Amino acid sequence: MSAILTIDSLTVALPPGADRPRALENVSLELHPNEILCVVGESGSGKSMTAGAILGLLPDGVQAIAGKILLEGQDLLTLDDAQMQQIRGARIGMIFQEPMTALNPLRTIGDQIGEMFETHTTLRSSEIRARVLDLLRDVHIPDPEAARRAYPHELSGGQRQRAMIAMALALEPRVLIADEPTTALDVTTQAQILKLIRELQQRKGTAVLFITHDFGVVAEIADRVAVMQKGLLVEEGPAIDVLNDPQHPYTRALIAAVPPLVPPPPQMTGSEIILRIEHVSKTYRKGGLLARHRRVTHAVKDANLVLPRGGTLGIVGESGSGKSTLARCMVRLLDPDQGSIRLGDTDLASLSRKEMRAATRRIQMVYQDPFASLNPRRKAGELVAQGPIIHGETRERALARAKELFALVGLDPDSTERYPHEFSGGQRQRIGLARALALGPEVLVADEPVSALDVSVQAQVLRLLADLRKRLGLSMVFITHDLRVAAQICDRIAVMKDGEVVEEGLTAEVFTAPRHPYTKALLASVPGRDWTPPVSPDAVLALADTREFAPQLL
Amino acid sequence: METVARLAKSPAAIVGLLLLFLVVAMALTAPLVFPRDPLGLAGRPLQWPFVNSRFWLGTDTTGRDIAAQIFHGARISLLIGIVATLLAITIGIVLGALAGYYGGLVDDVLMRITEAFQTLPNFLLLLVLVAVFGSDIKTVTIAIGLVSWPASARLTRAEFLTLRSREFVQASRTLGMRDVQIIFREILPNALPPVIVYASVIMATAILLESALAFLNLSDPNVPSWGNLIGTGRSVLRTQWYVSAIPGIVILLTVLAVSLVGQGLNDALNPRLKRR
Repeated sequence: MSAILTIDSLTVALPPGADRPRALENVSLELHPNEILCVVGESGSGKSMTAGAILGLLPDGVQAIAGKILLEGQDLLTLDDAQMQQIRGARIGMIFQEPMTALNPLRTIGDQIGEMFETHTTLRSSEIRARVLDLLRDVHIPDPEAARRAYPHELSGGQRQRAMIAMALALEPRVLIADEPTTALDVTTQAQILKLIRELQQRKGTAVLFITHDFGVVAEIADRVAVMQKGLLVEEGPAIDVLNDPQHPYTRALIAAVPPLVPPPPQMTGSEIILRIEHVSKTYRKGGLLARHRRVTHAVKDANLVLPRGGTLGIVGESGSGKSTLARCMVRLLDPDQGSIRLGDTDLASLSRKEMRAATRRIQMVYQDPFASLNPRRKAGELVAQGPIIHGETRERALARAKELFALVGLDPDSTERYPHEFSGGQRQRIGLARALALGPEVLVADEPVSALDVSVQAQVLRLLADLRKRLGLSMVFITHDLRVAAQICDRIAVMKDGEVVEEGLTAEVFTAPRHPYTKALLASVPGRDWTPPVSPDAVLALADTREFAPQLL
Repeated sequence: METVARLAKSPAAIVGLLLLFLVVAMALTAPLVFPRDPLGLAGRPLQWPFVNSRFWLGTDTTGRDIAAQIFHGARISLLIGIVATLLAITIGIVLGALAGYYGGLVDDVLMRITEAFQTLPNFLLLLVLVAVFGSDIKTVTIAIGLVSWPASARLTRAEFLTLRSREFVQASRTLGMRDVQIIFREILPNALPPVIVYASVIMATAILLESALAFLNLSDPNVPSWGNLIGTGRSVLRTQWYVSAIPGIVILLTVLAVSLVGQGLNDALNPRLKRR
């Protein structure tokens, strides 16, 4: 079958002063009709640049300097803006990561989809309305007539993404480019959207270029896979081959870094309970003086959980499930309305502000965002030393201890004098971890500590956490939306939905014999659940010795 | 350091810095160049500039040396500008930080007070203060500071509103830090750049406010300020216009210098904004 879209030795130059001279170097790809080609890579691999180059939407200062992009024989790189306008939407459809920012908040969904027809066709408005309704029906939006009249903020994230897909497919383009279309979505919604893209692609015979960083998604949807690393195409082939028998060392390392969904054999934890959460509730109240204007959100409803000493309790759930609120109650960033949080024999929930400040040395938190969680105006060593200094340590000793902690979390002890912006995301997360460990806490609460990291860095940080837990006897509460990560690191798992803990138990039991229907639905939605990553020992070794493997990934 | 390097690259900032340097040099050298009392009688009144070599900028209506008053006036204007600005941004930062960090009732109360100050024309308020507390140079400076803080309070509050939800602030709390420490040592350094830039606007306005007061003969008559000189020249504005024009031009240049430096600082502290 001949290719519908051919990228032929494409080279894209970055502006001077960027971290490398070329965003893409000699990339050649073919996209055939009626197939899904997944382009996989970590951040900075050039996968989004590839999409940008095809659509003629490269950022300022970035330019294709060599190669060709042929759409049914026509070289897109030679076209001017007006000609590209005719191609975008009509012959190449696009879906973006964040449907909320890709849609105009001031216009209805129907208007925006209809605009596709107004720009590219001469249909009358009554015909357009009928076509829009058909499209919305095609993407299985509940109540298409209402969705047509709705504004973007009135739809849920998944429905907005469905509307985006409807818009992308409006003119039946033969090529669809999807740039991380499910990354911002919850796992159950993601499963539905992936299914929808698959279904529409098969029905219409569209060629889909699907950009993602997630090998689970690749396993779920791809016919063929192209793996990119730092602007180079390192491996390409049928999905089955690449996923199960990767050839290039980078692909092997990436796939080895994907946590398998099967939990490892459980480790023994003592029977002693270190953290006991009983009947904790938290509600948010919003708005008006009058009772009827008030909106009450039950973020956490009567949560009961226990954490054994030396164990790891995973709290999993989708966005809005209340898992972060519960974590913030544990460290008293939020004050729970009811219930007790017993650490040893102290009830954290009933401490005064002043007592809690002293108790912070016993329970510490690691945050999600490696960029926002470190004060940009303080040196890394200072950030780690801060806690002990507040709790009465002398400055010299705290700074000396910071150096030891840097070594403990795998950072160069001489880098304590550097500022946060000089570190990569994974390194910053290590600094955050060192900061939490500096106080020698009994319990560590980690709120999505790896969800902002690339998969290879994520694997390293997870390994570090597991290692520290063993060496320091840490007890940990681990908040995550990623069931794969939870399977690997948690001894016990609690599943939260709409503020309630719907299921709690040993990890192996929850994964193999889930009791609650929601847990079952969550597990059934994990992308690529039927694919077990082949763990090639050499790749794991390569990842374990991270410095040697690829220092830039750290 | 990076900021200084970027500042040195902006032509506007360099012009501003040069002008400002000249004003500072005038202020510093005033007692050496004009050792006599600048308010003392020096010669025949109303001599035009560049006529008598002893008084190269001429004399005013009472025969005082205009050049001497300009040099000594630089000290007064700079002093008023700096002290009033420091006072204004200190008040503004403290109130804005508390309002932005605590939110809720504290925010409501502090912002209503700020709005009360903002809705009154600040020159009118200044006139009232000077009328009540007298026009001694110290009182005038403090009064200018007191009417100039609301905008910096709003600016600081806006910065705090976005910064307080950042995870590093939460991390400071979970480390057991006190609120005062979090506000002034963790958040404030991150919130300062736009406030510092705005300080240049306050400084320029402060110098203008003092001149305006002096023009109405409401500033301290016992100090050689540029405003006083303009006020003196008011009665002879149609014939001997240079008496008012010379200090007027000096004020214009000084305010321009401060604004240019402020603009340069803005570009240097927010390099991303400039590229747009």
